[in-house]
Amino acid sequence: MNSRNSSISKGVDWTIVALYAILVGIGILCIFMVEYRTGSNWMQLFLGGKTNYSKQLIFAGVCTLIATFILLADSKLFTAFANLAYAFGILLMLATFVIGKDIKGSKSWISLGGGFNLQPAELCKIFVALALAKYMSMQNMDFTKTRSQLIACGIVLLPAVLARFQHETGLALVYLSFFIAMYREGLPASILVIGISFGALVVATLIVEPNTLAVALTIIAAIIIYFLRRQIKRNSKLLLVIVATWAICVGIQRFAVPYIFNNVFECYQSQRIYSAVGKDYDCSLNKHNKSEVPGAKAAFKPDDYNVRQSKIAIGSGGFSGRGFLKGTQTRGKYVPEQHTDFIFTSLGEAFGFVGCAIFLLIYLFLLFRIVNIAERQRSTFSRVYAYSVASILFFHISVNVCMTIGLFPIIGIALPLISYGGSSLLTFTVLIFILLRLDADRQMVLR
Amino acid sequence: MSVFNQSRSRVVQIIFLLIFIVILVQLINLQIFSAKYKLAAENNAIYRKIIYPDRGIIFDRKKKAMLENTISYDLVVTPVEAKGIDTFSLCALLNIDTSEYKKRMREIVFKNTAVKPSIFEALLSQELYAKLYENMYKFPGFNLIDRSVRTYPFNTGAQVLGYIAEVDTGFLKKHRDEGYEMGDYAGMNGLERTYEKVLMGERGIKRFIRDNRSRIQGPYENGMFDTSAVAGRNLYTSVDVEVQQLAEKLLANKIGSAVAINPKTGGIIAMVSSPNYNPNDLTGSARKKNLGRMLLDTARPMFNRAIKGQYPPGSTFKPLGAVIALDEGIITPAYGFPCYGSYNSCGVTVKCEHKNAGHAASLRLALANSCNSYFSQVFRMAIDNPEYHNPTLGYLKWKEYMNKFGMGTRLDVDLPSENKASVPDTAVYNKAYGRNRWNSCTILTLGIGQDKMTATPVQLANMMCIIANKGYYYTPHFVDSIEHEQKDDTAYLAKYRVKHAVTHTSDTVFRAVHDGMHDVTIYGTASGIKVPGVEYCAKTGTAQNPHGKNHSLFVCFAPKDNPTIAVAVIVENAGYGATWAGPIGAFIMEKYLNDTIATDRLSEVERISNTNLIPDAIKEWYVRKDNQRQAKLAMEAAAAKAEMNAEAKSAGVEEEEGGDKIPVSKDKNSPYQEQLEMILPENKKQVKPVVPPVKKDSGNKKTNNNATAYFIQADDRMTVKKTKA
Repeated sequence: MNSRNSSISKGVDWTIVALYAILVGIGILCIFMVEYRTGSNWMQLFLGGKTNYSKQLIFAGVCTLIATFILLADSKLFTAFANLAYAFGILLMLATFVIGKDIKGSKSWISLGGGFNLQPAELCKIFVALALAKYMSMQNMDFTKTRSQLIACGIVLLPAVLARFQHETGLALVYLSFFIAMYREGLPASILVIGISFGALVVATLIVEPNTLAVALTIIAAIIIYFLRRQIKRNSKLLLVIVATWAICVGIQRFAVPYIFNNVFECYQSQRIYSAVGKDYDCSLNKHNKSEVPGAKAAFKPDDYNVRQSKIAIGSGGFSGRGFLKGTQTRGKYVPEQHTDFIFTSLGEAFGFVGCAIFLLIYLFLLFRIVNIAERQRSTFSRVYAYSVASILFFHISVNVCMTIGLFPIIGIALPLISYGGSSLLTFTVLIFILLRLDADRQMVLR
Repeated sequence: MSVFNQSRSRVVQIIFLLIFIVILVQLINLQIFSAKYKLAAENNAIYRKIIYPDRGIIFDRKKKAMLENTISYDLVVTPVEAKGIDTFSLCALLNIDTSEYKKRMREIVFKNTAVKPSIFEALLSQELYAKLYENMYKFPGFNLIDRSVRTYPFNTGAQVLGYIAEVDTGFLKKHRDEGYEMGDYAGMNGLERTYEKVLMGERGIKRFIRDNRSRIQGPYENGMFDTSAVAGRNLYTSVDVEVQQLAEKLLANKIGSAVAINPKTGGIIAMVSSPNYNPNDLTGSARKKNLGRMLLDTARPMFNRAIKGQYPPGSTFKPLGAVIALDEGIITPAYGFPCYGSYNSCGVTVKCEHKNAGHAASLRLALANSCNSYFSQVFRMAIDNPEYHNPTLGYLKWKEYMNKFGMGTRLDVDLPSENKASVPDTAVYNKAYGRNRWNSCTILTLGIGQDKMTATPVQLANMMCIIANKGYYYTPHFVDSIEHEQKDDTAYLAKYRVKHAVTHTSDTVFRAVHDGMHDVTIYGTASGIKVPGVEYCAKTGTAQNPHGKNHSLFVCFAPKDNPTIAVAVIVENAGYGATWAGPIGAFIMEKYLNDTIATDRLSEVERISNTNLIPDAIKEWYVRKDNQRQAKLAMEAAAAKAEMNAEAKSAGVEEEEGGDKIPVSKDKNSPYQEQLEMILPENKKQVKPVVPPVKKDSGNKKTNNNATAYFIQADDRMTVKKTKA
């Protein structure tokens, strides 16, 4: 026993293990807060295993077991099986189209029997992280080449596209977080800049009236031309670039964004995005809506009930919170999906700003710790993998929290290690413990 | 490569940090600077249940409850929670159509927002309550709320007690900080209104936590913020329920009023205004219908004539005229005036009922014989009092006296909207005749209670109190004491405990007045009116008025030597004071003093009660109203019939209508009706009793079975409708 323990613990970063344990603990506590009813014998229910918090505890137990196995495994295993795992993941995702089970409108689950379901898109994150790390750490890999950048993007975006086809937009978006890891490895910064600019333009399109925005864009272009007139004299191509950028911007604002909202997104998605910036979306413009059978409910009112209740719950917490189990929003079940996607609201209501800030600092500490770990790796594989983990966690946390406080449209993304759900907990456990295993062997060069 | 991109790890960390800062800023915004979310959470989750306290009870002088509380149910709706219910079946239960349902919902949302519970249908009948109760589970958002409503075990004193009703927006605006909410009930009239604050008590509030489907989860914070309801306090009044009932009975089928006051305390024993209504009509489910009917009634049953009706006092004023002159020192009880049947000193002739010499040889005799000449003379002497040099000043002095006696001023009875009636100001006469162009002769008939002088019945009764008390009075009032009287209650009751001394003359002077009034009951106008075993003083009055037949008035107090009751009775357009008002006053005194009516006199009570003295014009109105209603029913029946029958037949009916009815109704009915409507509510102009064309109709009704045709005469507006149709 002793020797095995020492072999597991050798080189393992216990800070992360501690943070992991704390977060899982907080998670179970939060689920308990959501499920708790006055007068019920919670101890009995806890041991009965029927409630979500006791189920989550069981999941945590299973995860501990799996974590132990991972720590016992050989680091080389992960590099060796990275590509295979990726292929397996993609296969699983394709399989859902055939044998998938419909849960809450998205056919992305595979039934494992015994009431347990598996969501391949969730698990696939691990495989993509491994595959990306494997690809990036290939010998004579030159990530400055456009070709390798494109291949890396392909690796990441394939499961994203599949997830999108399973109507799991949230999970599909998660794969975008790998771009942060790729950026660290040398993806041109301009891609991020353009991406962010595009995002800003989309938001501006939603908020500002189209003509006003077009005029504003034109004025910005004119000002830039005015200030760069000397350079333009020297290099007339610059003018072309500016004009082209302006044309693209106006084009996006005028045609691309409305097209995407009306034809690509589903009606409810457009509504959620619009409601995140505080506007109403007219569903009658939506193609998906129009193609529906006549007689079905036509344009229904934009529904921001979730966000409203979620904001009320968090806002009512105030500075120091309403106290453990005293939140009326939580007890009254006003926030839908509060044990999964909206778990943050129970925390916000019960412990207020102080609780939220401490909780977020724990997360931030975890992220920084992972980045630090990443930077101390000798092998590119470990580093890329570590960055992928940090990026996934970061994306999940920021999107989930922003969604509950009304800064981001609602998409089904879980709060890592806190939200109820076996798949999610297992995925993050595996992600983190593989990282710990790799970190324990940081002196090795893995390929 | 890793060295090359080392700096980017910083960038990544900065991105992480930035997003977290954005999140924290939004959290600060939500949790620290936005108070609205806390409020929103409370609105969501806290269900405030208002616990209505029992309203205070009003007792009579023998501690009999004049009204009691009972439970009734309201159907209450919270519009936001009532989305998507089976409107159709609810409407079927309530017997309304869906458009009515939508209309009510719109009104509720407009008045009281969609999130607060509002009354959808108030005061459900027992049967409807039972039906709804069984089906309540089908209608989320709807609740049955119990509330305490009034019942009146004696069916009496409606105008005095007033009624309670749901507060409206106007009321809420007026009483903003007094804690009323939409759906509350408040006293709207009578004692219920005056003593609202005492009777209402304090509402309690219980807070519960409810979940997203409005299911109650348990008390909020273990009831820490709950307040318990404090019951309203009871009122103990000076009313004698049995006397009140008797007085109402006596005045039935008449228009008029009676007020009885205990002169020793100013406590009102009975106050009746007729026509009356059953107070139970204004509670329960038929309330709205009854209220509408009463408000439209031309005889105005809601109008409390005892405090609002203005009547010329006529001869009943004479004792007061005497007291004023005595107090001013203008005459002594021995003063006499030679009257030979009329008063001629002013160029106009004021007739007197008596011609025999010496019938006004002293004050006592003049009072007993009700000598017009004597009191005209006394009035002139008061106005032309040499002390004041000119008639205007003399009149002002006289008016000051009148006001002190409570005439022409508000007495401050504890009922809302008392009328002060009228003792004209000099300005009135200045305007009518010109400044200094009028004198005691011009306004001569004031001295016999006519001219522009009017008084309310309660003022007349109070006048009797002053004479009975020999010069002082307590402000007439109903409430003697309030349960658990507090300091704040002095605002209500202190003014009723102050003795108002009015005159400064000796008792002997009053004795002359008392004797004169006693003589009235021995050999004067009231000699035929007896109260078994009681010596009483009285004065009858037969007041000329512009509305038709003379008003019958009667004022009295008893027993003569130690008065404990003073009464004023007025029966409109009933003729001599001694014929109708007199016996009514006597029965009231008898009931109060003897506690019962002598058995041989009971038949007389019945006779008076059953005599209908309502002026023809008003009777007419009732007949018309009744006809309209019946005709409406008949028309509905006919319409139903017509639908079933062949078209040809109905065409024939219409032809018939066009033939004989329309000219009749246009020429006679409609102007008459207009006139009636203009005059009656005001009672200002004279109505010549027109031989009503409608009477003919009611005769027709029996012979003529064609209901539609008959109806046309009853109401021409409907005629137009029908012919159009």
